[in-house]
Amino acid sequence: MNMLLFKTTTLCYLAATCGYLVHVASGRTAAEQAGRWLVRGAFALHCVSLALRLIEAGYTPVVNLHESLSFFAWCMTGIFLLFDLRYGLAVLGAFLSPLALLLMVISSSVPQQVTELSPMLDSWWFPIHVGLAFLGNAVFAVAFIAGVMYLLQERMLKNKRLSALFFRLPSLDTLDSLNYRCLTWGFPLMTMGIISGAVWAHSAWGSYWRWDPKETWALISWFVYAALLHGRLAIGWRGRRAALLAIIGFLCLLFTFLGVNLLLSGLHSYESLSGR
Amino acid sequence: MQIVAVGLNHKSAPVAIREQIAFAPAHQEDALRQLLATPEILEGMLLSTCNRVELYACSHDGAAAAARLKSFLCEFHGLADDALAAHLYEFRAEQAIRHLFRVAASLDSMVIGEPQILGQLKEAFARAEACRSVGLILTRLLHKTFSVAKRVRSETAIASQAVSISYSAVELARKIFGSLQDRTVMMIGAGKMCELAARHLVNHRTADILIANRTFERALQLAKQFNGRAVPFSDFPDYLPQADIVLTSTAASGYLLTRSQVEKVIRRRKNRPMFFIDIAVPRNIEPEVNQVDNAYLYDIDDLQKVIDANLKERRKAAGKAETIIDQEIGRFQRWLTELELTPTIRDLQQHLETIRRQELDKTFAQLRTLGPEERQAIEACTGAMLKKILHRPVAVLKERRQDMTGELYLDAARTLFGLDSESDEDQQD
Repeated sequence: MNMLLFKTTTLCYLAATCGYLVHVASGRTAAEQAGRWLVRGAFALHCVSLALRLIEAGYTPVVNLHESLSFFAWCMTGIFLLFDLRYGLAVLGAFLSPLALLLMVISSSVPQQVTELSPMLDSWWFPIHVGLAFLGNAVFAVAFIAGVMYLLQERMLKNKRLSALFFRLPSLDTLDSLNYRCLTWGFPLMTMGIISGAVWAHSAWGSYWRWDPKETWALISWFVYAALLHGRLAIGWRGRRAALLAIIGFLCLLFTFLGVNLLLSGLHSYESLSGR
Repeated sequence: MQIVAVGLNHKSAPVAIREQIAFAPAHQEDALRQLLATPEILEGMLLSTCNRVELYACSHDGAAAAARLKSFLCEFHGLADDALAAHLYEFRAEQAIRHLFRVAASLDSMVIGEPQILGQLKEAFARAEACRSVGLILTRLLHKTFSVAKRVRSETAIASQAVSISYSAVELARKIFGSLQDRTVMMIGAGKMCELAARHLVNHRTADILIANRTFERALQLAKQFNGRAVPFSDFPDYLPQADIVLTSTAASGYLLTRSQVEKVIRRRKNRPMFFIDIAVPRNIEPEVNQVDNAYLYDIDDLQKVIDANLKERRKAAGKAETIIDQEIGRFQRWLTELELTPTIRDLQQHLETIRRQELDKTFAQLRTLGPEERQAIEACTGAMLKKILHRPVAVLKERRQDMTGELYLDAARTLFGLDSESDEDQQD
């Protein structure tokens, strides 16, 4: 049942991606509307699917890679829908829905069975720490997309070669302020995510910080975003530089999220059940 | 029944001719009345804009109607009969419908895709309706035309991008700044083009406009006009950090603004972007300014390139539009062909005859005892009934054919007897 739901959700993301791509290629507003409703539909299905998984497993479903990727896609879509409601930037969807689709496809290609929750994770801190971290990541994913869009748009304006994409993308100013808004939302979330992790670690293992690879990389990403925030507020960084830093920051986050688990081993890896 | 179009446009006639035969709004009603007084013209409409003067009409005799429209144009404006011969074009039947669709979809315009023509056509139709010079056919044709134009606009990119220097400057500015509200424009030099671009920018409710010009009087004059501020020409660099958009069009021979100057200004603006539009030839702004982060420089050639690219897009869209028009012509033409007297009477007779045959066959199958004579009598009787029933409707249809209510009756007859039931759905949209 849940598998079917999961697949339908993925198909919905696929359909939304197609809708948005048709919009970007042809400029038809109907395609954009269709894309938007499909993403909303996908998100609703995704909510149900996650809720079922939660009931089935009995814990917040972010324990193995399959669950984490799906949860991340869900957070990202949710954040996008909020931004879309608040600021009406539908064209973000053209970049976001393929990303969500990619996450869902990878998620469905890794082992999916419910793993047993290690006793160490069986704590109230678990959903709080993971939820904050994922929400922060999702907001920064939107900042990343805005950064990519900014660089594309800026390149076209500077080179004076205006393709169809030029007319669909929002203005530089809109993208730059999106970058800032994401930063003001994402940075506190990420900071609280790290702090909650430290507090939890203290109560579980007796020390706040143990320099495990995930912690180190999270700190590196945090510094990148801190530098960006400082640059924006104090020095007046904006535009291209801000976009580039948002992209670099997100790449660090991606490595923290996936690279560390797949390449390095530590307390946070999915495979060894000693940690998370 | 044929649709006929006669007229001239910016391609077929120079402005000297076009202005001679343009119809002032006050004279149009009168012109339509005179036109309708001609027996061969059943319905008529007149479209007169600065780029085209066209007459549309409905007639049973297309050739005669076209000739009449041509002579009417000369007559009405007091020109010699053959004065316009070299400039006038003439379209009949399907060609005329295609021409009207193309005009409405702005495929025949000087700037392909410009939006005014549809509005002008709507006005022309409203005027014709007001003085009752259009009947069933032109009304239906024009409604179809408006829906075709709408379809072209929404399904192709024909009107989506700017194709004039000043509009493309505004479009680019909007891609950099988003909304132009609260932005400050600075105008250095007071060239015509610069003024036009400034006017478009101000229309987007920019916050402030600063004007620097070598003759300060002129700057003051423009400042008054745009509700802006004049600044002394020698001091303009001091005001640069306030400006988001800078327009230059002075006759200076060297660069007024160099890369290092702009770098400093951007730094003082804390990296807020600036858009430079250099319309002057020779150029007023050093080209390397475009390489400064957050500064965007477009000179006149760059803007022209943007326009050319946009026009190419429009021409591509025009191809798609022609396909849409082809589809729609087919549908309209089918309706028009069926709306003729002879096929309608024939269809009517066939329709009733079919009913008579079916009923007779049923009756004869039940009454097997009837002899051949009795059968013949019944056949003759029902046949005579049909003839009598049909006599008056056919007579009316023939009689009304002479004026513009004829098609109304034909259309009514076809509807009442359900003569074009299969193609009905096509016509409804």
